[in-house]
Amino acid sequence: MKYRDYYEILGLPRDATQDAIKRAYRKLARKYHPDLNKNNGAEDHFKELGEAYKVLKDTEKRTAYDRMGSSWRDGQDFQPPPQWDENFEFTGKGNDGGRTTTDFSEFFEAMFGRDRAGDHSRQAGGNATASDLEGAYSGAQCSIPGQDHHARITIDLDDAYHGAQRAISLDTPMLDAQGHVAVQSRTLNVSIPKGMRSGQHLRLPAQGGAGFGEGRAGDLYLEITIRDHPRFRVDGRNVTLDVPVAPWEAALGASIQVPLPDGAVEMTIPPDSGGGRRLRLRGRGIPGNPPGDLYAVLKIALPPADSERSKATWNTMRQAFDFDPRADFYR
Amino acid sequence: MNEPSTSWIEGYIVDDDSEFTLTGLCRATGASEEQVVLWVSEGALGPHEGAPSAWRFKGLSLCHTRIALRLVNEFEINAPGIALALDLLEEIDLLRARVGRL
Repeated sequence: MKYRDYYEILGLPRDATQDAIKRAYRKLARKYHPDLNKNNGAEDHFKELGEAYKVLKDTEKRTAYDRMGSSWRDGQDFQPPPQWDENFEFTGKGNDGGRTTTDFSEFFEAMFGRDRAGDHSRQAGGNATASDLEGAYSGAQCSIPGQDHHARITIDLDDAYHGAQRAISLDTPMLDAQGHVAVQSRTLNVSIPKGMRSGQHLRLPAQGGAGFGEGRAGDLYLEITIRDHPRFRVDGRNVTLDVPVAPWEAALGASIQVPLPDGAVEMTIPPDSGGGRRLRLRGRGIPGNPPGDLYAVLKIALPPADSERSKATWNTMRQAFDFDPRADFYR
Repeated sequence: MNEPSTSWIEGYIVDDDSEFTLTGLCRATGASEEQVVLWVSEGALGPHEGAPSAWRFKGLSLCHTRIALRLVNEFEINAPGIALALDLLEEIDLLRARVGRL
């Protein structure tokens, strides 16, 4: 197990006030919030911040954490000191509203996890909650529908074009008979229809939390993200592709073959096309009703002037044209 | 010997043709009805006329409500702040898309 330095994660000294902890968390959380920051790693960083804040904002957890000593370094191999939490009472307060125990590090799980995490809410639990069950036992023939669940999955652009079948592993926090949170893993074989876009949800009926009594199971909503592609850029249902062309293809026009996610297409470059010209291929974006468009952006690629012959050719062009690309500068 | 066949769960895309009632949206997102009513009154979701029981939310509202709920949980943002944040996030998405098209 690796030690987590929660003060370092929040950029704070160990004697930081509770107000300073809150301010530091808010500032960093805004910076790395997955709804705001789409960069790779932002979501993982955001989870680290949440874990650090969960411990340090809670005076009980912070005191227990501080008792482990200040000589540990983030990422260092760690074993908790013997009886580090002896005679220490956790009230289990501090619900974070929607975060699950699976978001936390091994270190957090060992120190504060499971029943100490205090996440016994409907949001975290998923199945009928302890209070639901209490209500159910008190009345005859009571049925409670299961909770709807959410998860995020990343698919490839090809999957959005063609659909896909994926085995998806999900860790779900469940309440056991004693009211403790335990993580159950399950694998779902999901058929992803073609036409899914980033930010859309896929609803899987009756794959959420189990109902109680005659109550139906909740649904599972999968929020879709399309993985960045080295060649194609996706904007909603539209897709953009940079197409390198030779100067003479752009000047004289050409017919070239362009590889698209749904197969290669023959594309006509009109004569006298400038660099950056956008050519639309209607309906060749992500499938749907209506389908998106594909935009090909012309990028003029220059052949290198690395031989006497090629230099002579460029020189011939210079002499042939009365051309000043910066003529607009002086108007 | 035949290999056992795998059964695949069919999913349904929540798109612009999908509709949620207020209760359905709350059930799907985990937001309370009070929260959603407040966000609608601030223009963060909707617009919607008539009684809340008659409201119908498009599929995009599922995404917006989930974001709103996360912002409330993480930052304790009030309803006007949620409306502002959703507007700004939408603008950021448009700007990112514009950059992607360059």
